[in-house]
Parts: sequence; structure tokens; C-alpha cells
Amino acid sequence: MIDPRVAGVGLTHFGSHPARTSRDLFAEAGLAALDDAGVDPADVEGVFYGNFMGEIAEHQGHQGPLMAEAIGVDAPATRYESACASSGAALRQAVQNVRNGEADVLVVGGAERMTNLDTAETTEALAIAADDLYEVRAGLTFPGAYALMAAAYFDEYGGEREDLAEIAVKNHANAVGNEHAQFQREITVEDALDAPMVADPLGLYDACPITDGASAAVLVSESYADEHDLDAGVAVTGTGQGGDKMALHDRDALAHTPAASDAADEAFADAGIGTEDVDVAEVHDCFTIAEVLALEGMGFFDAGEGIRAAAEGVTTRDGDLPVNLSGGLKAKGHPVGATGVSQLAELTKLLRGDHHNSEHVSDARVGVAHNAGGTVASATVHVLEIQE
Amino acid sequence: MNDGHDEFLDALESGDGYYLECTDGHGSLPPRVVCPHCGDRDLTETALPDTGSIDSYTVVHVPTPAFADEAPYVTAVADFGPVRLTGRVLADEESVEIGDEVSASVGGADESRSVVFEPR
Ligand SMILES: [Zn+2]
Repeated sequence: MIDPRVAGVGLTHFGSHPARTSRDLFAEAGLAALDDAGVDPADVEGVFYGNFMGEIAEHQGHQGPLMAEAIGVDAPATRYESACASSGAALRQAVQNVRNGEADVLVVGGAERMTNLDTAETTEALAIAADDLYEVRAGLTFPGAYALMAAAYFDEYGGEREDLAEIAVKNHANAVGNEHAQFQREITVEDALDAPMVADPLGLYDACPITDGASAAVLVSESYADEHDLDAGVAVTGTGQGGDKMALHDRDALAHTPAASDAADEAFADAGIGTEDVDVAEVHDCFTIAEVLALEGMGFFDAGEGIRAAAEGVTTRDGDLPVNLSGGLKAKGHPVGATGVSQLAELTKLLRGDHHNSEHVSDARVGVAHNAGGTVASATVHVLEIQE
Repeated sequence: MNDGHDEFLDALESGDGYYLECTDGHGSLPPRVVCPHCGDRDLTETALPDTGSIDSYTVVHVPTPAFADEAPYVTAVADFGPVRLTGRVLADEESVEIGDEVSASVGGADESRSVVFEPR
């Protein structure tokens, strides 16, 4: 089994682009990835594309072929949907296809158009990632679901809104200098604590913004990279996926995400690494509490210990485990279907050394991406390593 | 119309709430043909306990359009022993605490009917 190489990556600006179609967004990201890779589009054998709410946002299903066409690729294309983990799931399928020899060159990515809807419409669209009959009809929103997890965490382990605010402050600081980020500005703990409530105990600054954007990457086999003399030193060495009950009330505990644990266990074993080997991580901080649950779920901290990681500087850019150097979903933005592959793009640049925060992790060789769907009923984890 | 779910709400509304119990005692909500916890296909309708306790709750300030007139409102997950339910709590947001005892009933009408909790 030969690990696929990341030959190139591409991102649009993540932000408010209400008039741009997802095909237009994906064309920009996909062509940027192909150009970064130096790969001829005629060599691409498939497109693995993540998108969550295209039917609601722009009355557009069947987006796979549309996106292949948008980047000038004449090859089979499939859309993957796993809520916010849609392109993480697409990435996993592409990695497996290159590994098992089905393909030598694949484009993976995702896109989401969201800001053409108003806040209430977007809230409704995002809520469909939860159980319609038993959660959404009972008034549960996407922020509300994570608020239930946060309140349960506080009740079980302690922690305060101020601890969560430190995570938002950290991720905003990391986004300064990221030309793709929605919010390229710092905030303070006071800003976060003073912001309006969305779903108690989560305020506006605990939540990722509503974002338009697209991401893409070109995965190639080692033999293709060698034959074409590509500069592709970063490999995907581990992949894992976990699942859980759809509704929060059917889980054993509200403050744990076992799907992330299962995905990480599988991906780390696949790559032959442990948590101590990881130099840098991009995790799914759709809400500040989600970063805590992700880090604990993957085994970087014991349950109840992750809440203070940002405040104590462990996960800041000069800490032992820098987390979300892109700015995370919180500050970079969260165009739902694009997020999983955008994490891959950010980590690839961090490991290659051409990321705006590369100077903070100049010796990094191992990166981990954690992408979660819904209230983590779906999770994917990928391990990236430098393999010259 | 949603077979299974409609009958569940009808029963809960008339004070005869139930859940689906497998032979191992796991609880779940209809419609189901398999216990989501163990795969058992032998499910029986078992009376929902009268009282549950709130495991977690949130005050939703930014609602979906269906709840535009309700916000802010409290949504909770409450533990009824073998099964847990998600529902709106019909109480002032200031008065709700984790651990509070509640009973379950049905709020809303027609397609928007859903589980609600009342403090006991
Ligand atoms: Zn069972």
C-alpha cells in the first residue's frame, strides 16, 4: 500500500460572496489546486466533491459532474454528503482509491454557498444535519445542539465561558495574515464574552460564521509523482472514520464524541503514529466547545482537561501542540462542504513551509486533520506526513 | 404524516407515552425495527416513565423560522431511564436547572407537533 501524495492545494477566499455560485467558487479552488500541482487536467481520473446544502441554497443537486466540468475535467465525479464532514468523507474515499490502485490522479474538494440565504434560512438549513423528527421539531438548532454539549461538559467537568472565549481569541489571532480567512483580525476575551447569545452558553463569538467558499486538492500516486517529477513531499499516511447515533439523546454521553475517537484511533494506527508524534493539528471548531471535544476525543487531552488548553497556551501557535493555525472554522470561516479539504490544504502548506504561520512550526513533520459532521455523528481524521 | 412518529406523539399527548424496549432493556423512539444500541429486532412498546430529569439544556436565542415567535426558549435533553427525549421546556429560562424533574407531553399542532417538557 503506497500513500497518496498531496500534489497541490487550492482555496478561494472564505467569506461573504452571496452572488457567487458554487460552480464558480469550485472552479477557482480547483484550478488553483491543479496549477499548484502542475498536473494536466486531462490526467485526472475522478473528482470527489463534498457539499451539504446545495439543494436548499441554490436549488442544485447532482453537483459532482457540474464541478468536474467547472474545472475542465472529463472524468467521473461524485458528490459526498456527511453534513460538515462532507469533504472529509470525500477525501477518505479518494485516499482509498489511490491506495488500492484504482487511480493515480484524483481531484478532491468541496464547496458551499450559504450567505445568499438570510440567518433564519441558514439556521434552518444547518439544522437538517440533526434528527428532524426528534430534534429539529423540538426547536433544536445547530448552535443549540452544541450548547447542550457545552452545558453538559460544564456540568460534568467544570469550565466557564471565559475558557471558551480563549479558544476564539486564539483562533482569531491565528487567522491574521491568512488571505483566505473570513476574519483576519484579533479579538479579546471581553469581545467574546460581551457578544450576543446564540444558544446559552454559546455566544456569537463561540460560533463559526456563515461562509461561502471552496477548497480543492490534487492527490496523486507516488509513481505518478515520480514519473512527472512533481514536488509533492507531503503524503496522506493515515485515514479514519467514525460514526455515532444521529440524535444527541441516543448517545451514552453528551460531552464526549466517540466518533472522533474511533476515527483518530483508526487513522493514527494506519499511519503508525501516536498523539505524541503530532506537531500541528487542524480540528473542527464549528463552535469553541467543539475544539475541546475534538482534542479530548482524539486523545490529546484526558476528558475534562482540554477546556484550559488554549488559556494555558498549550494549543496556541507557540505552544506544544498548535491547533488551528489557519484560524479554524471560527475565524477562517466554515463553508460547510469545503471545510474538510480546506484543513488538508492548510496542513499541506504548514508542512511544506509556505503557510502564513509556518514560522511557528518550522520543524513540523506530522499534521492531523479532524472534520466532524452534525454533532459528531460523523467524523473523519487524516494524518499528513512529510515524506521526501 | 410520519408513521410511527405520529402514533408516538398521539399516545404522549393522551397521557399514554411509550418508548420501544428491546429484550436487553435498551430504549429508543419509533419508527424503528432494530434496537440502535444492540441490534435486537424484538422491540415492544413500553410505558414511558412519568418523570424524567434534565441532563442538559440551552436557551435558544437564534431560532429556525418555525420558532421565530418563541425565542428565546429552552430546549433540553431529559433522561427517562431507558430512553432520553429532546424537547422544549415550558418554563421561564431563569428557572431551569440541570437535574430538574420534568414530565413529557406534546406541544404545537399538526406537522409542527413535538415533545415538550413541563416542570414537576
Ligand atoms: Zn438493545
